[in-house]
Amino acid sequence: MWQTLKHWYHLLGSPRHFYRISGLWLPWVTLLAVAGLAVGLVWGLAFAPPDYQQGNSYRIIFLHVPAASGALMGYLAMGVAGLVGLVWRMKMAEVAIKAIAPFGAVLTAVALITGSIWGKPTWGTYWVWDARLTSMLILLFLYLGIIALQNAIRDPRQAGRAAALLAVVGVINVVIVRYSVYWWHSLHQPRTIRITDETAMPAEMLAPLLICMFSIYLLFAVTVLIRARTEILWRERRSNWVREEVTG
Amino acid sequence: MNPVRKKRLLIVLGALGGVSVAVALILYALSANINLFYTPQEVAAGEAPVGQRMRVGGLVAEGSVSRDPESLKVQFDITDGKGTFTVFYQGILPDLFREGQGIVANGTLVREDYFEASEVLAKHDETYMPPEVQEALERAGHPGANTGASDNKDKQETSY
Repeated sequence: MWQTLKHWYHLLGSPRHFYRISGLWLPWVTLLAVAGLAVGLVWGLAFAPPDYQQGNSYRIIFLHVPAASGALMGYLAMGVAGLVGLVWRMKMAEVAIKAIAPFGAVLTAVALITGSIWGKPTWGTYWVWDARLTSMLILLFLYLGIIALQNAIRDPRQAGRAAALLAVVGVINVVIVRYSVYWWHSLHQPRTIRITDETAMPAEMLAPLLICMFSIYLLFAVTVLIRARTEILWRERRSNWVREEVTG
Repeated sequence: MNPVRKKRLLIVLGALGGVSVAVALILYALSANINLFYTPQEVAAGEAPVGQRMRVGGLVAEGSVSRDPESLKVQFDITDGKGTFTVFYQGILPDLFREGQGIVANGTLVREDYFEASEVLAKHDETYMPPEVQEALERAGHPGANTGASDNKDKQETSY
């Protein structure tokens, strides 16, 4: 088990092998993400039952929760990549951070905007400075900060290291987002999907929600793979294998 | 792991730990400001500033809502089981406003048992269910059926 993991770590740690293997995975992951999103969204938006209190307006959850969850998971993944990049000086870890940040920022923005649209009819306001909403806004700024940092430093290795440090330290905010609704009095409700406890949602709503969540993760993976592949080609543009790859 | 990497790992984890402690202390010091609202318990204990603009949050007490038929004036009690006070409000209430619902009101605490709200927001709980299920629960006389949250009674302690 450990040997297999180590083997894959070294294989995917090499830009050339990552490029080859990710090229094989990409069509399948894309297919699964698009199919899953189509099934999950149509099921959730058209066929899942309405909520007893909110009626149909709750259906934005099928976009909001997957986006928010994907944004948090993405940042966590950047934090892990940052740690690997700082300690083991692995090039692919820096590439991974660069590949994750843009779509993570997009998902955070989607979560904030959909939440705001839902908040008006449900709470009675678009925005309130409670702990969950504010920490989610900080998450967006952290994502944007990482993107800005990567573009502000010319040398890619140095830019990568600076971004890695911000990615690692920013993980603290992910923990704050996650527990904000328990640590402080907030307007935002606590989480519905619970792993250790009973989920506060019936199966006919939960199933499409989980499909949407899983598909958003896959869509995230698709964008990360595509961005990482482009970044690899750029960074390794002087090597022979890239020349062969590009000129055919 | 070779010594150089071990040292780097310790530095990164040390930095992360240091920043975590710093953030935790800051958040702890600011917790009174981060909390969106005061609970009725805090109001009853005199922790909420009287005469200043602030937010309070709690459950609308059952049978306490009285509306003025001539205007938009409405009056209701909010409670968390440990304290209760009356809220006065003039304006349009959110759709989810009902007895037993959690709300957050923005306004001024005139006296310790009298709050004048300029804005009332509904606090939605994390429970979702189809209307048929809720009706079935109500017919069966389920205790949490009217508020939706089956464990609402226990949650009062923690959420509000």
